[in-house]
Formats: sequence, C-alpha cells, structure tokens
Amino acid sequence: MTEHLPVLVIIIPLVLALIAPVAGRLNRIYSWAIALLATLFSFVGSVLLLYQVMYSGAISYWMGGWEPPWGIEYVIDYFSGFVLVIVSFLAVAVTIFARKSVADEIDEKKIPAFYGVYLLFIVGLMGMIVTGDIFNLYVFLEISSLTGYALVAMGKRRKAPLAGFRYLVIGTVGATFILLGIGYLYIATGTLNMADLGARLPGLFNSKLVITAFAFFAIGFSIKIALFPLHTWLPDAYTYAPSAVSALMASTGTKVGAYSFIRIIFTVFGVQVFLNQWVSVPYFFLIIASVAMLVGSILAIAQTNIKKMLAYSSVSQIGYIILGVALMNPIGLQGGLLHIFNHALMKCALFMSVGCIAYKTGITNIADLKGLGFKKPYSMVAFTAGALSMIGIPLTVGFVSKWYLAMGSLENGMWYLIPVIVISSVLMLVYFWRVIDNIFFKAGDAVKMPATPASMLIPTVVVAALCLVFGTLAFIPVNITGKAVLLLLG
Amino acid sequence: MDVVTSVKPLYAILISLVTVALVLVRPKRPALREIYTVVSALVTFAIVLSMLPWILQGGILKYHLITVLPGLDIALRVDALGMVFALTASFLWLVTSFYTIGYMRSHYPENYAGRLVDRFFAFFLIAMASAIGTAFAGNLFTLYIFYEILTLCTYPLVAYDKTPEALYGAQKYLVHLLGTSLLFLLPAMFLTYYYTGTLDFSTSGILAGNAPDSVLVITFILFIAGIAKAALMPFHAWLPAAMVAPTPVSALLHAVAVVKAGVFTIIRVVLFIFGVDLLKDLNLGYYLAYFAAFTIIVASLIALRQDNLKRRLAYSTISQLSYTILGVALLTSSGIIGSVLHLVIHAFGKITLFFAAGAIYVVTGKTEISQMNGIGKKMPFTMAAFTIGALSMISIPPAAGFLSKWYLTMGAVEADQLALVAVLAISSLLNAAYFLPIVYRAFLKPAVGNGERIKIKEAPVFMVGALMITAIAVLCLFFTPSVFLDLARMIVAAM
Repeated sequence: MTEHLPVLVIIIPLVLALIAPVAGRLNRIYSWAIALLATLFSFVGSVLLLYQVMYSGAISYWMGGWEPPWGIEYVIDYFSGFVLVIVSFLAVAVTIFARKSVADEIDEKKIPAFYGVYLLFIVGLMGMIVTGDIFNLYVFLEISSLTGYALVAMGKRRKAPLAGFRYLVIGTVGATFILLGIGYLYIATGTLNMADLGARLPGLFNSKLVITAFAFFAIGFSIKIALFPLHTWLPDAYTYAPSAVSALMASTGTKVGAYSFIRIIFTVFGVQVFLNQWVSVPYFFLIIASVAMLVGSILAIAQTNIKKMLAYSSVSQIGYIILGVALMNPIGLQGGLLHIFNHALMKCALFMSVGCIAYKTGITNIADLKGLGFKKPYSMVAFTAGALSMIGIPLTVGFVSKWYLAMGSLENGMWYLIPVIVISSVLMLVYFWRVIDNIFFKAGDAVKMPATPASMLIPTVVVAALCLVFGTLAFIPVNITGKAVLLLLG
Repeated sequence: MDVVTSVKPLYAILISLVTVALVLVRPKRPALREIYTVVSALVTFAIVLSMLPWILQGGILKYHLITVLPGLDIALRVDALGMVFALTASFLWLVTSFYTIGYMRSHYPENYAGRLVDRFFAFFLIAMASAIGTAFAGNLFTLYIFYEILTLCTYPLVAYDKTPEALYGAQKYLVHLLGTSLLFLLPAMFLTYYYTGTLDFSTSGILAGNAPDSVLVITFILFIAGIAKAALMPFHAWLPAAMVAPTPVSALLHAVAVVKAGVFTIIRVVLFIFGVDLLKDLNLGYYLAYFAAFTIIVASLIALRQDNLKRRLAYSTISQLSYTILGVALLTSSGIIGSVLHLVIHAFGKITLFFAAGAIYVVTGKTEISQMNGIGKKMPFTMAAFTIGALSMISIPPAAGFLSKWYLTMGAVEADQLALVAVLAISSLLNAAYFLPIVYRAFLKPAVGNGERIKIKEAPVFMVGALMITAIAVLCLFFTPSVFLDLARMIVAAM
C-alpha cells in the first residue's frame, strides 16, 4: 500500500469529501469528524512521504501504471514533500480549530456542506502540490479555486457573498490565463508532463508561443497568489470569510499558488532561460515584489478591521516570496521557499487567534480589542508571537526568511533591496504594534468575554509556538529547503 | 589565553528566567515574590562573581548553546569586557531589587498584591536576564537577540502606569529602539556576515581585509545609527520619553542595563568587529568621537533647561553615555580604559541619583527641581547620597567619576585631540551647572511657606539603604578601582 501513498493522500480525502455532507445529515458532528480524519490521514501520509524522500530519494508515481509523459505522474521530492507536510499539517490544525468556530459563524444547516467543500479545497491544494502534470495541475487548481469561492461566500457577514463573487470573477480570469498558457505549451511541445516540458522547452525560447505562454502563466499565477497589483480580490475575501476559512486560505491557498508558480518557473522553464535569455523577467518581478512588500504594508497600516489588516499584510508577504524567487540565486530562492513555510505558520497563528476573539463576539475591529490581553491571554499571546515573527525579531521564523532574502540580495549585488526588506519590517512593526498596544496596554470596557473553547485555543497556541520553535531550530526547514533549492536550480 | 567551556554564564541568565516563572505562578503572598527576586539577584551576582577569578587570570569561558542557522550560533562567551558589564549590572540589580520592593510597596500600596505588580517583577527579571545575556553574548547574533529582547521586555515597564503619557512615551521608546535596530543594525549585520561569513567576536576585528572601504564605512555608520540604546544624538529622544516609567525602571534600566547594553554593544562593535587598527586606517574613530562630543555638549545644554528631575537626569545620562563612546572612539589605550571605567562608574553614580529622585517622589510627591527647596533637611541621607552621585558626574574627587574622566582626558591627549580635551572640561562645567544648583536648593535654600522646624522624613529603609550603598560604592570605586581597572587593562592588552 505504501507505494500508492502519493495518490492515497489525495484520493482518500477526496472520497471523504463526498461522504462528509451525507454523513452530516445524520449528525452534524460526523461531517467535522470525517474532515478531521481526512486531514489527519493526509498529514500522516505526507510525513511518511517526506520521510521516504529523505531516505530513498524522490518518488515518481505513475497514475494507473501509465508511463509518463503519456500518463499522469505524481512527483514527491524535497520541494513537494515539504510543502505537502506544511499544508496538511495546517489543514489538521485549522480543522481542529474549525469545529467550534464554524459552528459559531456558519448557518447550522450549511455545516455538512461546508465540510464537504472544505475538504475539496484541501484536496485541490494537495493535488496541485503532488502533480507532475501541468494539465492535472490546472484541474486541481480549479477544484481549489471553485471551492475557495464557495468557502468565502459562506461567511456570516452580508458582504461575504459579494467578496466570494468578486474572487470568483477575478480568480476565473486568472485560471483562464493559466489554461491558455498550458494550451500554448502543449501546442509548442506536444507534452503536458512537467519534466518532459523541462527537457523539450530549451531551444524553443525564441518561439512567440512559448513567450506568450510564460506571460500568461505569470499573469494567471500573479492573480492566484494575489501579487500586487493583481491582489484586489484578496482583502475582501479574507476579511469576510469565516475565521477558519481565512486561517486556512491565508496560510495555504496563496502558498500553494506560489508553489505551483515556482514549479512552472524552475521545473518547466528552467532557471537558465531567465539568467541568459529573458533576463528582464526577474528584474520585472523584483520590482513588482518590492512594490508589493511596501504597498501591502502601507495599506495594512490604514486598516481598522484586523482581518483586513492581516489580509493586506499577506499581500506584502507574497512580495517576500516572489522576491526570493526572482533573485534567481540559491540563497535568495531558499529565502523564498522558507518564507512559504514561515509565512504559512505566522498567518495561520494570527488568523486563528483573531478567530478566537471573534468567537461568539464577532469582534474584528482593532479598536474593540482594547484590554483583551488580560481577558483572553492565551490567544492574545499567540497573536503577539505571530506579530513578532512578522516583524522579524530574531528567534522567530520571520527573521530566518529575512536573513536569507537579504543574503540573496547581497549575493546578486542588489544592496538596494535591503532597505526595501527592512523598511517593510518597520512598517509591520507600526501596524502590528498598534494592535498589541490596544490588546495589552489600553483599558477596554468591562464587558465579560465568552470563554474560548480549548479546541480553538490549542491549535492556535501550538501553531504560534511553532513560529518560535522553527525560528530557533531553523536548521530543520533550512536543510529541507536547501535540498529543494538544489533540485529546482538543477 | 585559556578558553574553557563552562555552563556558568548560561546559569547566570537562566536564574532570572526561572524566577520569572515562579513570580508568574501567582505566589500566595506578595512577600514571596520579593524573596524570589532578591534570592535570584543574589544567586546571579554570586555566579557572575564566581567567574571573576578565572577572567582575572586571563582566561575565557564559553558555552555553545545552539546553531540556529549555519553560521548563526547562539553562544556565550565571558571575557573581560563582558565581565565588567555583567558585574556592574548584577551587583546593581541586587541593590535595585531591594529598592524596587520599597518603591513598589509605598508607591502602589493599594494594588501591591495584584497581578500587575507580579508582571512588573516578571518583566524586570527578563530585562535583567537579557542584560546579562548581552554581556555574555559570544557573537553579534546572540548579542542582537538579547538586545532586541531587552527592548521588548522593557516596553511594558515603561508603559506600566498606562496613562496616555506613559503609553505615548512607551511608543516613542519602541519606535526609536526597535525601529533603528531593524532599519540599521540588522542591515549592518547582513553586510558584516555577507562579507566575513561570521559574526563571532575577535580581538583583532573580523572585517579587516574582507570588504571594500566604502562598504566598511557604510557598515560602521549603520552600526552606530542602529545601536540607539547608546542614545547618541539624533537617536536619543527615547530616553527622556522613557522617564514616565516607575523610578526603579529608570534607575536600573535606563541608567544601567538598557543604555549600558547600548554603549557595550558599541564597544563590542568597535573593538571586536572592526578592530582598532581598521578604524584607525579608515579614520572613522575621530568622526565617532566628534559625534559623541557633540552629544556630550548638546545634551548637557538641554539638561540645564529641564525642571523635571528625572528628565534632567535623563539628559545627563545621554551626555554621559557619549563619554563612553568618545573614549572607545579615540582608539587609544587610555581612552579605552577610560571608556570601560566610565561604563561602570557612571552606572553607580547615575543609579544613586535616580534612587534619590525616586525617594523624593515617594516621600513628598515632588518631581520638579523648583519644588525641592530645603529638601536636604527633610531627607538628609537621600540628599547626601545625591550629592555624591552629582560629584561623580561632575568628576570631582573623591567621587569615582574623576577617575574615568582622568583616563578619558589622557586618551584624548594621547590621540592628540586637544579639542576633545576641551569638550571634556566644558562638559564638567556644564555638569556642575546643572547638578550643583539642585544640591544648593536642597541644603541651603529654605523651604517655602511656613517657618516650622522641618522633621526628618526619609523614604522606607529598603530605598534609603539601597541608595546609601550605591553612594558608598561610588566613593569606594575611587579608592579601590583595582578590579575594574585590571579588567579594563586586560581588554586593552588583548587588542
């Protein structure tokens, strides 16, 4: 059975996703239990897969026994294994968190359907990670996108369906660009397998078809990962989505998009073309990323709603990841890959702690957080840990990514990126400290807050603690991403 | 030089952190947290002291904790310079822990048993652990970690009273300290690591020959701008703002631990990252020295105009910190010795002054100098100690301030910088101009209003005892500075 593990981590949650709404008819708790079971299975499976990669090398799984490039291939290597573990772990954490949070925030009747869609979303993401086939990638991308629109629209606020619809319109445009890109590559090469494409494309880089394909991928994925200035769907989607959905999407959704984009760039097109032929492309993305880092942070300062503030902060964080990628050198790329992991942890902790506050109170305004530090100490300390990580205090994960990005910039002689990195940190200090000041140092009303259930608190605190653990024991993710970088840069 | 692995420096840091846990696990009686604090201060000091003989023999202790990233280690290293800072901080922490108990009891009597005071002690303990950690940091990365923790854990102490003024002061504090360290210190570390591949301290500096001159100059500027804890102008505004904190915080943290961590970091960077020879080659020392001289004079001029006692002391601190920077920037042996001695001697003197200010505040509620006529008759012990502290600032024997000033002046002469000698002399005059009127007011001006006989009313014994001890220490240091002088000489000898 273990040889089928690469496909089982996808198939089992997929099957359970269909069972969850039905089981929910009997008792609503069943649908949650099935979701938890599915994510737990995927997590354990992912860890086993990564373990296998570490000890016996990359895994190539042939769907139905069809040999690639004819059949669909699933690839588990250091990169996909690593991202798979992150996503499935955070899916488990958010699922545990979701039980009470979702019961509070979503219409009771919708809950069974919610968990079905929720699981499909995770399946889509996991599929995007493991697949080695570019069209299969598109299929999973659409699964995760469509379910994503639905999840956002399930929010309680009146604006949630509108936010979901807006996300749908923009997201569909993005997906269409990606589909066209795939089509052009297929016309140019006649293959859909990523590794095969990687072998055939060199030599075709002067073809207008291939150039257009890359441009379409770039636009499509920029929309999917909310890279400035194509980020407009993200703030509303994260703000009005249910807390659990915000936590899951912010920590995994855009990250998997970034993962796929990195795969397309390095596995399909290969680093050489960007270093030798399309040299302006990395520069273009460096500029975009720098602007995203600064503008996202500045917009975050202007927000009064904490979820929206975190959403704009995500816009700037995506800039960090793309900055690392666009540096096109091993250290910078490692910074980008590390930031996928680090930002997933930080944002998950932050959104979950905000969800703890919103539980039964609906509080999302920064001004309403006054004095909560002592009424809800655990979730607020978790928030602070996440915030300090974002600022990049040493011994938190944020510092590690910043370190590598800075070293990568210097490696390219691009010292002028360092001010961008540190100014963005200072901006984060400004908007996060405003919140922390409210939480701990300003007196609020003497209203009694409802107790936060342990099932919400524990995952929040655990993920926040991991921000510190992997900031201190940073060599663990660094070792894995280091191998992933070798793989991507050949 | 004998390098020995020892876990002692780690213990010196951990003791305070363990005490934090004890204090936060809500002791049944408030007295218990006092006992915890005092015992932990005592143990910390004892551990630091126990390492002294080995250091005085020329040995070095080190302890490797963890490798965070390849090339970035958390490691501890006890050498003469670290010992100087740790000895000063841990001894004064012991004294301050008594003072704090007295101050908090009499100033917050109604909620003294409360959670808030628990947290006060907890954050104070973390601050001390980070100060000791700064002293014993084995490389720049470790130093930076403790430096940042020190900023973060003193923030709640500055904001303690939660008045709008306290919150505003605390914000200013954070933005200055964390802002500069993120904007300048961190890039300086990036550059240092990128060009050298290490952040370890070395007695000959690590940057020499590893980077182009332009990069070195930029890195140096970034370092100096990034270490705002040293309160070099124009990044000094946080220090007066931090005076809204309760007095024990101002006394220990904003006259000793935090600000000394700043100048200590500058000394580390100048001597152990750049190295004397490199800075001499680049001629950067003089720029720093003149920058410090500017701060010395201007801060003193501002201090003259302050009526709030704590604010005047704060500006005096800004000016005095720059003595230390000036000394090391001279890059001569006497200058370095003077700098290290001043780090210690100013700490003892300034903490005495702050203790006195706190005692006056607790007993009379007075914060402005213009209200303090005749206060010396009411609080003779306090004001006598204040006078000794003031004499040390002005550097008049038998106060120890004379000694460090002597070496600093010698250093300036060795470096052939007569202008700086003049600056030191003018600064002494300015110090006299803003300290002596306070003494004059306290002892010689009659209290306004009624002509009744003034009864002696001193602060609680814990507070008066503490400030007497530090005042006596200021005198003792003048007569027997041998330990610190030996340590300072060892630092110079190792260069």
